[in-house]
Amino acid sequence: MASNAQYEKYKSNGTLMGAALEWFDARFPLTSMWKQHLSEYYAPKNFNFWYFFGVLSIVVLAIQIFTGIFLTMHYKPDASLNANGVPVAFASVEYIMRDVSGGWLIRYMHSTGASAFFIVVYLHMFRALLYGSYRKPRELTWLFGVFIFFCLMGEAFMGYLLPWGQMSYWGAQVIVNLFSAIPFVGEDLSIWIRGDYVIGDATLNRFFAFHVIALPLLLVGLVVAHVLALHETGSNNPDGIEIKKKLDEKGIPLDGVPFHPYYTVKDTVGVVVFLMVFFAIICFSPEGGGYFLEYNNFIPADPLKTPPHIAPVWYFTPFYSILRAVDWSWMWPSAKLWGVIAMGASVGVFALLPWLDRSPVKSIRYRGPIYKFFLTLFVISLFVLGYLGTQPPSGLGNLLSKIFMFVYFAFFVLMPWYSKIDKYRPEPDRVTFK
Amino acid sequence: MTNTMSMESDCKMSPERRRLIVATAALGGVGAIALLKPFISSMMPSERAKAAGAPVEADISKLAPGQMITVEWRGKPVWILHRTPEMMAALKKLDPVMADPASKNSEQPEYCKNEHRSVKPEILVAIGICTHLGCSPTSKFKPGSEEGMGADWQGGFLCPCHGSMFDLSGRVYKNMPATDNLPVPPYTYLSDTRILIGEDQKRA
Repeated sequence: MASNAQYEKYKSNGTLMGAALEWFDARFPLTSMWKQHLSEYYAPKNFNFWYFFGVLSIVVLAIQIFTGIFLTMHYKPDASLNANGVPVAFASVEYIMRDVSGGWLIRYMHSTGASAFFIVVYLHMFRALLYGSYRKPRELTWLFGVFIFFCLMGEAFMGYLLPWGQMSYWGAQVIVNLFSAIPFVGEDLSIWIRGDYVIGDATLNRFFAFHVIALPLLLVGLVVAHVLALHETGSNNPDGIEIKKKLDEKGIPLDGVPFHPYYTVKDTVGVVVFLMVFFAIICFSPEGGGYFLEYNNFIPADPLKTPPHIAPVWYFTPFYSILRAVDWSWMWPSAKLWGVIAMGASVGVFALLPWLDRSPVKSIRYRGPIYKFFLTLFVISLFVLGYLGTQPPSGLGNLLSKIFMFVYFAFFVLMPWYSKIDKYRPEPDRVTFK
Repeated sequence: MTNTMSMESDCKMSPERRRLIVATAALGGVGAIALLKPFISSMMPSERAKAAGAPVEADISKLAPGQMITVEWRGKPVWILHRTPEMMAALKKLDPVMADPASKNSEQPEYCKNEHRSVKPEILVAIGICTHLGCSPTSKFKPGSEEGMGADWQGGFLCPCHGSMFDLSGRVYKNMPATDNLPVPPYTYLSDTRILIGEDQKRA
């Protein structure tokens, strides 16, 4: 072990607990990590409502992992038909809902949790747009976040196949076929993803493997990276100014408060309110009116018949609308390939935000009217595209989705110009409360 | 402490030792990549999946004109549609609004590369999977707006996913998300009323 001089820094007050901690700290950075990330992590003191959604994302992740473990105890990823002619996977979900004690609660926590995850993550991302949290020096925090978002989309998509209902089957059919639009390797790639020439048992089993272990591991790793990167730069705040620029004589930000206990306590209130709403939905409207769990997914998968109306779950519909909106070909790629490119771009473009924004200020509080105008249009386009994506294809819907697709992309593509020429007000020296 | 030590050794490292380290790391990397091969190929269709897909037989003796049956072949829906004379007449009028009226870029056996895309003119056999993203189109056989289609609708299929429209020969309309006609599988008549799907017609 270390020499006496080195051991000094672990010295405690001599109580039994203190001695135990001393023993531990000499072997593992327990106290130092606690200090670095909680009791001596100084977060700006002016966090508002929007700052609840980061911690809520972690809460939902924990709910998903915990309920997921219990669901795997009863779920069977098997597409073959049982004695009643029902696919085993579908029947095992019904079994969880009807025969497993408390199974309905665990399953609804997980399925409603998926939608809750996207709600809190979308609000968390919107917070970054409001206050410029993605900007220098937090580009990596933002990029890790964007990867978390991608990972989450994969996780949600693969999870939705598992109940093996009609929407599971045909949704997976459409999304996996998107890959076949890629030139040269597309067909082989989609066969490789499915493990068969059609969506089948092989697909169900591998999606189960990705959903329960591969992607969750990646997700947790990315969350750790996201938080570590954040704690290196320190948190942004609603004023978009760096609190590390104004330090007291001990080198502590004047506008910072220790995360623990100040924000752990404040966040607990947010978590309690969130859980009240979450469990109210689980108990009174677990299917979210067909938005969280689609009605057609209560019909077992039938490879011979597509339901008359198929749409993805609400959190994918804006991107799905963009896919559907692109129905013209240009140069050599087909309309299908352009649709896939546009949909990929609509998700991937978030990663570029730190480099698209040229505004001298970060927070919307000090930005001019042009950014507010574009941000408003962007949010409207998300809602319109999101709504259209739930609707059957129609002439008017197609026209609207084309228009709003351009609005959606204009927010990003024109940002380097409008963020530069926009008016702005000077940022304050110290954080403010509103 | 450890940092300064490693920096010192960096400075002292001979070029030869550095080259050896790089070579070892590179060889290890190649090995690791080579190891990926069996894992990646394990995700391709297995031998059993490749062997599946035996031909299926369909009996059309009870298929009245205007009716359609669906049979499963290689996990896909195969439609067998008995077209009425009116339907056949309507098909000819549609040539100008079709993306590929003569099925030049579409998938079908040589013996079905004709006007009606079939062996027997009135019996259409086609894979009911949209060439866009793989949904199974819904039948909308009645002409006109009765089934929610436009007034000039001649009867055909509508893909519920992205709205691609096909005529009663499985040909896709112009300016649709799908660009290819519905594929026609290989099939052969075992007798007048029995079709074997998945096996090519014997050349007479």
